[in-house]
Amino acid sequence: MSEDLVRIDDVWVTYHHVPVLEGITLSIERNDFLGIIGPNGGGKTTLLKLILGLIHPSQGTVTVFGKSPAKSRSRIGYVPQHNLFDREFPISVWDVVLMGRFGKVGLFKRYSRDDKARAEEALKTVSMLEYRNHQIGKLSGGEQQRVFIARALVADPDMLLLDEPTAGVDAAHQTEFYEILEGLRTKMAIVLVSHDISAVSIYVDKIACLNRQLYHHGSPEIEASVLEATYKCPVQMIAHGEVPHRVLKEH
Amino acid sequence: MFDALQYEFMQNAVIAGLLASVACGIIGAYVIVKRIVFISEGIAHASFGGIGLGYLAGFSPVTGALVFAMGSAFGIGFITRKTRLAEDTAIGILLTMGMALGIIFIGLAPGYAPDLFSYLFGNILTVPNSDLILMMVLDAIIMGIVTALYKEFLAVAFDEEFGTVIGIPVNVLYLLLLCMIALTVVLLIRVVGIILVVALLTIPTALAKQFTYDLRKMMLLSVLFGASFTFGGLWISYEFDVASGASIILLAGSVLLITLGISRLLHRRRLRSQTSPEH
Repeated sequence: MSEDLVRIDDVWVTYHHVPVLEGITLSIERNDFLGIIGPNGGGKTTLLKLILGLIHPSQGTVTVFGKSPAKSRSRIGYVPQHNLFDREFPISVWDVVLMGRFGKVGLFKRYSRDDKARAEEALKTVSMLEYRNHQIGKLSGGEQQRVFIARALVADPDMLLLDEPTAGVDAAHQTEFYEILEGLRTKMAIVLVSHDISAVSIYVDKIACLNRQLYHHGSPEIEASVLEATYKCPVQMIAHGEVPHRVLKEH
Repeated sequence: MFDALQYEFMQNAVIAGLLASVACGIIGAYVIVKRIVFISEGIAHASFGGIGLGYLAGFSPVTGALVFAMGSAFGIGFITRKTRLAEDTAIGILLTMGMALGIIFIGLAPGYAPDLFSYLFGNILTVPNSDLILMMVLDAIIMGIVTALYKEFLAVAFDEEFGTVIGIPVNVLYLLLLCMIALTVVLLIRVVGIILVVALLTIPTALAKQFTYDLRKMMLLSVLFGASFTFGGLWISYEFDVASGASIILLAGSVLLITLGISRLLHRRRLRSQTSPEH
């Protein structure tokens, strides 16, 4: 039995009269591991923000866990693009992760012993517990990314959304990162946005190609012509010469 | 200077300096880490309109400043969140309109405006007892709010978008922060005046930031630095018979520049010792 966690139905989004998403229809099921690929500016982040209810469609409907997106946020773990925060900000890894418990704690109250135990557990999951007292800005890109995953996990989400998680993370740490996601996929649905096709395709079991319109949604085996339509250029250019067999269907 | 402490005006000045440093250190830390120095400047300068209104309508200029500072906090909050006007443009407009209103009001007020200079540049030596009580109340409000909502403000300052996702009322808290900046500005008017307020909001924290990356410790250090600068400036002002507000700020600014210079020098020396071969 499959249950739709997210249902996006003929959604259009426009910014200042310029369309960003055109007629997107997409559903995300329980246990999905979905990779959303497409060029920069293709609307990938916009799609995530629609699911989070941070922006609203100009037309069409979005339901998340059967409710409006804003009402379902507490069941979603969100990992924003990690390179957007202020590196100088005076905050420790520990305080960043605890922040993720806010939804369970609420206004005015302090974090309980249980919240702290959860934070410890989440940091262990991403192997970052020994860095708990470090200032987040002093860590490497890959380490920061893992802390932000811990912050999302600490609230026990049913779905994890990650925005360009491997940007600025070197190749060795990318593998480590995908292994963490492998360990999580039985516990929650995972949606991962990236412009890096080759890395994504090895791990995900569904792919959506997005460039304003949805060019493909389903199996990670894609016809070259679909990729070319998404990126509006030949496949070799997109994939830096090499696309794993799993992605590109052989003719 | 210690002989001077037997005078009531000097005792009041010391107490006022301490009370102002508390608010500055706490709110200044948020102003610095959230990078809203220009917003604070806008709120401070726009409050001049209220000072003018006080003169014209015959109530205390400080009360007028409080109303105008709060009004501009809401105005800036609303314009930057709900309209497409760029933040710095909105601040530039509100700041200058507030000051222009102040000038018109003072022009319309009968007679001349006594103490006008002290509202603009501060005069810590003339703080009456009633103002000390007002400052104490404002300090208590600020400390109460920040203690109760510490984790919320930390999240809003660090990452507003994530804050929204986890259910924090980000916009309400942002407005509350701007209102606390407005309160702090009013609190500081007596000490350094509205023109120089921003210096006390930023310099102590900028200095504290060099020593710690923990927001709580940063606040505590800023309060200590703020108090030291106020007392030091007060002493300079007393010994050399110069303006108190300006002395406080020149002292604070010089110390900050010197420490920045020293830390740069130390950093360069460390780099050199790392790269040069062993002797």
